[in-house]
Amino acid sequence: MIRTHSITYKYNPEREIAFGDLNIASGAQFLLLGESGSGKTTLLHLLGGLLKNQQGTIEVNGTSLANLSESELDRFRGKHYGFIFQRNHLLSALTVEQNLLLSPYLAGLAQDKNRVEEVLAQLGIADQKKKRIHELSLGQAQRVAIARAVLNKPAVILADEPTSALDDKNCDRVSELLISVAQQNQATLIIATHDQRLKNRIHNLIQL
Amino acid sequence: MNLFVLIFSYLKARPLNTLLNILLLSLGIAMITILLLANNQMQEKIADNTKGIDLVVGAKGSPLQLILCNVFHIDFPTGNINLQEADRLAKHRLVKNAIPMALGDSYQNYRIVGTTHAYAELYKGEMAVGDWWENEMEVTVGATVARLLNLKVGDTFASAHGLSDAGHAHEEHPFVVKGILKPTYNVLDNLILTNVSSIWQVHEHAEEGAIEVKPDSTNASVLVPDALASDSTHEITSLLIKYRNPIAAIQLPRYINSQTNMQAASPSFEAARLFSILGVGVEALTGFAYVLIFISALSIFIALYNSLKERKYDLAIMRTMGASKSKLLWATQLEGIVLTLCGSVLGIGLGHLVLYLFTVLVTESQTAGVSAWVFYVEELYLLAGSIVLGIICSLIPSWQAYRTDIHKVLAGN
Repeated sequence: MIRTHSITYKYNPEREIAFGDLNIASGAQFLLLGESGSGKTTLLHLLGGLLKNQQGTIEVNGTSLANLSESELDRFRGKHYGFIFQRNHLLSALTVEQNLLLSPYLAGLAQDKNRVEEVLAQLGIADQKKKRIHELSLGQAQRVAIARAVLNKPAVILADEPTSALDDKNCDRVSELLISVAQQNQATLIIATHDQRLKNRIHNLIQL
Repeated sequence: MNLFVLIFSYLKARPLNTLLNILLLSLGIAMITILLLANNQMQEKIADNTKGIDLVVGAKGSPLQLILCNVFHIDFPTGNINLQEADRLAKHRLVKNAIPMALGDSYQNYRIVGTTHAYAELYKGEMAVGDWWENEMEVTVGATVARLLNLKVGDTFASAHGLSDAGHAHEEHPFVVKGILKPTYNVLDNLILTNVSSIWQVHEHAEEGAIEVKPDSTNASVLVPDALASDSTHEITSLLIKYRNPIAAIQLPRYINSQTNMQAASPSFEAARLFSILGVGVEALTGFAYVLIFISALSIFIALYNSLKERKYDLAIMRTMGASKSKLLWATQLEGIVLTLCGSVLGIGLGHLVLYLFTVLVTESQTAGVSAWVFYVEELYLLAGSIVLGIICSLIPSWQAYRTDIHKVLAGN
């Protein structure tokens, strides 16, 4: 599913970071652990095609990211990836449902309202569909962000510190949902975090 | 979900800001629309009303006043001219035809014009009901007069001396309505037409007992067939002259102004002079409207620029969901265009509405014949211009959207 070979990333001429090779099977779930500044986010962005690596190859679903043009990469991201960040980054001008529909719209896929209902139900927030983002609690908003990430049934879900802003109770709930929803959608899940609370749930670790 | 839903959601999320920007722009556009409508219609009316009149001859005084009074019927007469002298001029070899005008009376603020049927023909007057005036004290009324005063064929009324309500009423000499004209959309609509001798008759009560000599074909006046050519007591207000040939344009005004007691004025020249005087005001207002538009453009630019800063995460997250750089560029451009287009559509509507209210509330504007529901091609140019304005306002913000660095924004540094 995801295969990397001797990738390095140069922040500037003095600072270069090299990452070990990865070989992640389809549907697998991994934790990407490391101290702040160890390059977790960089690696996650490289894997997600948000950042271009200067050396080495990254293959996702048999496609080498380096071979894609910028607009091809945009389309590839839209179809194959779901992203979750520490902050939910929902569009506050839109409702929950509109936020979710944005995902298939931007990826160029059919907008299926039933699918929105289904995912919201899986995450236990079906009743929040028509709400504005500022009306949601932090935990609810993060669940909407998860719903958005899985809506297009992406092959890969990349999460960057998805639980660090949440309290223990919400962290438990959100991580449990994230893991199960990724399983239900047969997505490969990689979570970059320094949140030790997640270690109990995912046992495949990539240590930087 | 599509681009328009997204843009409208963004605009709706900042309702006051959006409202301010649209209102500001629409005020500028409305001002330009009003000036455009008023100016164009005035020019058309002036061209329409002066058509077929090369020269107006009347008593000495202000040439502009002579034109305003005798062609547009908005100012007071400069005085009277002697019929005998006018008659002589009418027979001049450079004059193709001359129409006499006898002004001075009115009914409910509408002017009674003593003239000949040639005057109505000049403005393509056609009969709607009834007939042309033939005998003394018979009138044919213009369409607007008939509508606003509710006059019908057979009605009688007493004229008032002067051109306003306050004048002394000539109750002993009532006029009778013989016919009503179809609308001509020029000055004819606002006039009550009769023959010259009716005007004289109304004013002749003091001279009763004067010897009445009925003229015949050999000694009748060219201008007023009911009067003698040698008549030196009667007066008219002016003559509307059409030249026989282009030489007349050079010779006739000079001849009249230097050799007679009368004055000659050219309607087109005086109208142009009037417009150059009014033009200063129109230009100042237009300039002010452009300042408003410029400020609104600046305000739209600032609003987009600031909201783009607030939206940097939105933009980055949309990129992760598959939006291309050019899509974000286009979305931002479209937001600017939607704002300016809304502003200009509202502004054009507002311009027409204000003019409409003006025509309803100010009765004088109805007699001026200004209509709010006339549309000009220039309004389409305004719309096109507003699209260009939207593109210009969103140039820098959309470029920022285009250049959003997803990694930097989402990694938080």
